[in-house]
Amino acid sequence: MPHDHHDHLSPAGHPYRADDDTPLSYWQTMEIAVRELLVEKNVTTPEEISAQIDKMDARSPAIGSAVVARAWVDPEFKQRLLKDGSAASLEMGFDVGPMHLIAVENTEDTHNIVVCTLCSCYPRNLLGLPPDWYKSRAYRSRTVKEPRKVLSEFGVTLGENVAVRVHDSTADMRYVVVPVRPQNTEGLSEAELASLVTRDSMIGTGVARDPSA
Amino acid sequence: MGKQALGNDPFAAGATVRIRHLMPPGHVRAPAYIRGKRGTVERVIAPFKNPEQLAYGLPATEQMLYRIRFSATELWGDLAENPRDFIEAEVYAHWIEPQDHSHAT
Repeated sequence: MPHDHHDHLSPAGHPYRADDDTPLSYWQTMEIAVRELLVEKNVTTPEEISAQIDKMDARSPAIGSAVVARAWVDPEFKQRLLKDGSAASLEMGFDVGPMHLIAVENTEDTHNIVVCTLCSCYPRNLLGLPPDWYKSRAYRSRTVKEPRKVLSEFGVTLGENVAVRVHDSTADMRYVVVPVRPQNTEGLSEAELASLVTRDSMIGTGVARDPSA
Repeated sequence: MGKQALGNDPFAAGATVRIRHLMPPGHVRAPAYIRGKRGTVERVIAPFKNPEQLAYGLPATEQMLYRIRFSATELWGDLAENPRDFIEAEVYAHWIEPQDHSHAT
């Protein structure tokens, strides 16, 4: 028997996570009710719902990284990507769905960063689920007003002569940033280049990894 | 319904415009921080059904969607971090009015 005063700690000495025994919220109850009704009325099945969740979970920033790496090695592809992000992604077999993708390119004098102040619009088909901070009120409200301060907290410090271009994803467009290709990467393969493209570099809160670092 | 319901003459890329200074209740897709502000049309996207009607299950008219570019100083005045910076947002036609340069304030 464990000592009473240790009951709240695991054998490794860490606290146990509290059980999730709080009452359901209004919207959680609504979700369960609608889901059960849809199943009862044979509109969908639990298997279909699970399959859809699996499909969402299988998406990751690796898809976006592959698109960016292609843009780095193929200037014509990059032009098509900047002109019509959805069509160019589809060329590579990535369907961005009903939303339209706009790709924006970082250059020596412009740094792009993406936010959705009204909700949490995010290019999920290209980057998977958004990080929690992307949906936070702090990120959403501060990025349009003090993007340089937000960037510095992510470890990105921009010179005075670099313009920040903030994209507020307010409607039907989704955005992906094409980060600057790191120096001294001429000898790398497309797959090796893709490994340098981080999720944050495609949101604009980061830059591509430096392979020599 | 359809094209006839478009609230404004179409704006061309590069045009100077102003976002309507309205504060209606309900589901509104123009963020408050751009209302009443001047910007330029960065690009014309395409017509979309008005989400402010779709949200209430109403028959939705098509509205042209634009990307409007605002300078950081237009939005935040002296609080802007750097006068080079700008913010771009998607705005539906019914939120946009032409801006006469001579009346710019």
